[in-house]
Amino acid sequence: MSSRTLPLLFINLGGEMLYILDQRLRAQNIPADKAKKVSTIPGWIEADRKRVMNDIITTMFNKKFLEELFKPQELYSKKALRTVFDRLAHASIMRLNQASMDKLYDLMTMAFKYQVLLCPRPKDILLVSFNHMDAIKDFVKDTPSILSQVDETYRQLIEMYTLLSSGEFQLIRQTLLIFFQDMHIRVSIFLKDKVQNSNGRFVLPTSGPVPHGTQVPGLIRMFSCTGEEFTRLKFNNGGNYTTALREGSFDIFGDRVTKLGTNMYSVSRPVETHMSGTSKNSAQHTKVSAAPNPLAKEELNLLARLMGGLEVQKPGNADTGFRISLFATDEEEEEALISRPDELSCGVINIQATKDQQANAELAKIMGEFTESGDQSPSVSNKGDDLLAMMDGL
Amino acid sequence: MYHKEKSIQIKNSASALYNNLSVLRIAPRRLTHFTVVHANMVNMVSASWDGLNYTHRQLQSKEPNVATSTSLIMQAAFCVLPSRDLLVVTSQKGIQMYESDGSIMVYWHALDTPETPTAQAVFARGIAAVYENYICVGVSSGAILVFDVPSKGSNITLSEVLEEHKESITDMASECSGSQECIANLVTADDGGNLCVWKSGEEFQLLNKIPGFDMSCSSVKLWKGTAVAGYGTGQIRLYEAVTGILHAEINAHARWIYSVDIAPFSGLLLSAAEDSLVRVWHMTITPETNSVEVAHLHNECVTDTQICGARFCDGDGYAFAVTGYDLSEIIRYIQS
Repeated sequence: MSSRTLPLLFINLGGEMLYILDQRLRAQNIPADKAKKVSTIPGWIEADRKRVMNDIITTMFNKKFLEELFKPQELYSKKALRTVFDRLAHASIMRLNQASMDKLYDLMTMAFKYQVLLCPRPKDILLVSFNHMDAIKDFVKDTPSILSQVDETYRQLIEMYTLLSSGEFQLIRQTLLIFFQDMHIRVSIFLKDKVQNSNGRFVLPTSGPVPHGTQVPGLIRMFSCTGEEFTRLKFNNGGNYTTALREGSFDIFGDRVTKLGTNMYSVSRPVETHMSGTSKNSAQHTKVSAAPNPLAKEELNLLARLMGGLEVQKPGNADTGFRISLFATDEEEEEALISRPDELSCGVINIQATKDQQANAELAKIMGEFTESGDQSPSVSNKGDDLLAMMDGL
Repeated sequence: MYHKEKSIQIKNSASALYNNLSVLRIAPRRLTHFTVVHANMVNMVSASWDGLNYTHRQLQSKEPNVATSTSLIMQAAFCVLPSRDLLVVTSQKGIQMYESDGSIMVYWHALDTPETPTAQAVFARGIAAVYENYICVGVSSGAILVFDVPSKGSNITLSEVLEEHKESITDMASECSGSQECIANLVTADDGGNLCVWKSGEEFQLLNKIPGFDMSCSSVKLWKGTAVAGYGTGQIRLYEAVTGILHAEINAHARWIYSVDIAPFSGLLLSAAEDSLVRVWHMTITPETNSVEVAHLHNECVTDTQICGARFCDGDGYAFAVTGYDLSEIIRYIQS
């Protein structure tokens, strides 16, 4: 549908990912004596935490990547997008295992689904995006080089979106809602705040301020042929609405007014998901993306192109590696991986092993294009290994 | 005034698209067809009036070329013509026309889709059957395709392309009062809220243009010469189509309206929006005296659901049906 949806999807999901990682990194910053209980998950010192956030944000706002992202295009499939975020999450020294990555992705997507649904008007999705951008800017405020990348992205967002009509924004919103169709994963923090029901569906209140540009429902005005109002009737609107708040700012700086897209996590409000009872709802959502995708090879090439030019940190030694978990203990993490309904593990693109040869040649060519441009990069063979390893692992 | 009846389960949940429910009542066979769009397919369910039989069918959007990405469907609507009924499905790739039971596709029209995606999306949306034997379909460029439909067979031809709208077509409707005396018999709406009023014929004639105020009109109906339009601001406006005179303005909903429908025999009006509410109104229109009155009758709240389709199931408005985003059922209400 709308060919302008991907940047908003990526930036908002990326923003949520950063909120969650930031919370987990801070939560795992535990004093030495308590570390004994969760001994395999080392505590993070502040410098490491900042480094992880900076590395991920640098990757997210890489110039070439963004150029590709902002081109008019259809949304990626769920699988393809998941792969992009898997790579993004590993763009630093941090390591997440499968269960934690699954949970991270579930949280990110349900949070953005909630924000899209609750936006009073479609254009407010842009304000939500600015809330995420404002927070990202705050994460890197001490690092001028990354800050300028972030500012550049603000400008691109403003250029692309501020002049769109309300109808075009609604098309973007409808495109996002198709992407999120049938996802009803229950999120602890949403359940506690009573913004999500126990069946996984979000609460849509029939009260509160109406969107900017809308009148409180309840009035019928009738006019004569000369244009004079000859009567007005009131009716009961069945809700409890109030007049609209002032409009949020669409500038680089400003009060966005809406709280959607701001950081709802803090160290004291840990992130959790409930996986039970979601399997029957999830069966439908995977049907749309379950058909073997003949484009998988093509999509991967585009992805490889996007990620191919980026610095990839070599993973540390697996034992002492900088591991982050979205669970309180290792046992919980294992348990989550085992009990996760199969249908929800959609992070894998199937690629025929026999086609590798041709694809390898193409990838090598693409990598060649990037290294020629003079970017600082590890030797070609390392990159090749890494990309091929990625393909092998799929 | 209305109470909830047993819902009809559908195979997939409804997508968030304007006017995402179409109903065709087939009296001789005592059954009613319902269609609901989910991403790239149309869920069709035929319900017998005795409530005992439900048959399901799914229609996929046509892929002329497997290498391309998924083709999402924008709308599916039944078109009732004097000689035949057809089901028209519009998508990002083009327009498909089926026999009304969905059994056979009788016509396919491909849209000009560019090789690489452009900033402006390409799709077809907005469907209406117009007196006497035309089916009109809107396009994202603002163009309206007029198809000439023979009383039988698949020799459907593109008769005319109307280029008046500058923004994407959202919805369109033909005069539904059954009266042949109405001058205007088609109203078309676009993303800027502009309405165009037409008279059908070998060459369609533009009778009037009613400007929007840059607020998208997502759903429109035409009854007794009055265009009833639902907007993204939650307002409903009633205009005298040919003159553009605004007769009534209703602050109807707190969110974007997704569907309006009219029961032509009784003058009942149905509106549904993202705010979870379906409202029933009554219109009294006397074209001879140019008088238009609207009264509010009833509210139904579909809790925690953004409604995307609402239609009366019969010409009197005795029953209506509703669909919502992420909901895998068609909710029905009947007059008490």
